[in-house]
Amino acid sequence: MKRAIRWALICVWLSCRLAHGADPIDLKAFRGRVVYLDFWASWCVPCRQSFPWMQILKTHYEKQGLEILAINLDQNRGDADRFLGRFHPTFEVRFDPQGKSAEQFKVQGMPTSVVIDRHGVVRFTHIGFRPVDQTAYENELRRVLAEE
Amino acid sequence: MQLRYALFVLLLCSTVLASGCSTLGVKPWQHDVLSREEMQLNSDPLDAAIDDHVYFSKEASSGGRSFAGGGCGCN
Repeated sequence: MKRAIRWALICVWLSCRLAHGADPIDLKAFRGRVVYLDFWASWCVPCRQSFPWMQILKTHYEKQGLEILAINLDQNRGDADRFLGRFHPTFEVRFDPQGKSAEQFKVQGMPTSVVIDRHGVVRFTHIGFRPVDQTAYENELRRVLAEE
Repeated sequence: MQLRYALFVLLLCSTVLASGCSTLGVKPWQHDVLSREEMQLNSDPLDAAIDDHVYFSKEASSGGRSFAGGGCGCN
C-alpha cells in the first residue's frame, strides 16, 4: 500500500512537470516599472507597424517608468535579425524560438501585447495590432504609468 | 491484490494522460513553420488546379479538395 502511494505521488509530480515547466520570463526584475511585453515574429505583418510605434512609446515614456520588452518567436534567428536590421529598435529584444514565454502568457494570436503594472499584475492584453487602436493603447498605458 | 493493482494502473494512466492533449495542434507563433513549402499539403498546386478544372468540366462538380490558406493568423 505504501509503495503504491509513493508511486502515485511520483506520477502526480511527473504529470505536473509535463504540463507546466519553469516560467521563462522573470518579471520580478521589472518590479516598479510598467512593462509593455510584445510577442512578435518576422513574418507577422502588423509587427512592422507596431515596431515604430513602440519605439515612439519608449522615447516618450521611458522616463516615467516604461519598459518595453519584445519577445521574438521566430524559429529561424536569421529571419528575426533581418527584421531587426530593418527597424533598429532600441528597446530590449529577447529570443524565444521554443515559445516557452508565449506558453506562459497563453498567446492566442500574433502579435500579442501585454501591459504589466509596477506590481507585476497583468492589466491589459491585446491580440493583434491595428494603427487605429494606437491612441487607445497609449491612453491605457498612460493610466497605468500614472499609478503608484 | 488484483483490484489494488488495477487501481494503481488506472491512477498512473490518468495522471499522465491528464497533460496529454495540451500539446495538440499548432500554436499561433508556429504559423511560419506551417507556411513553408515543404509543409504544404499539395506538392503541385498548379497541377491540382488544372486537374480540378478537368473534374469540374467532366463531372459538373467541383470542390472536395483542400487548399492552402488561413493566412498567417495575424490580427
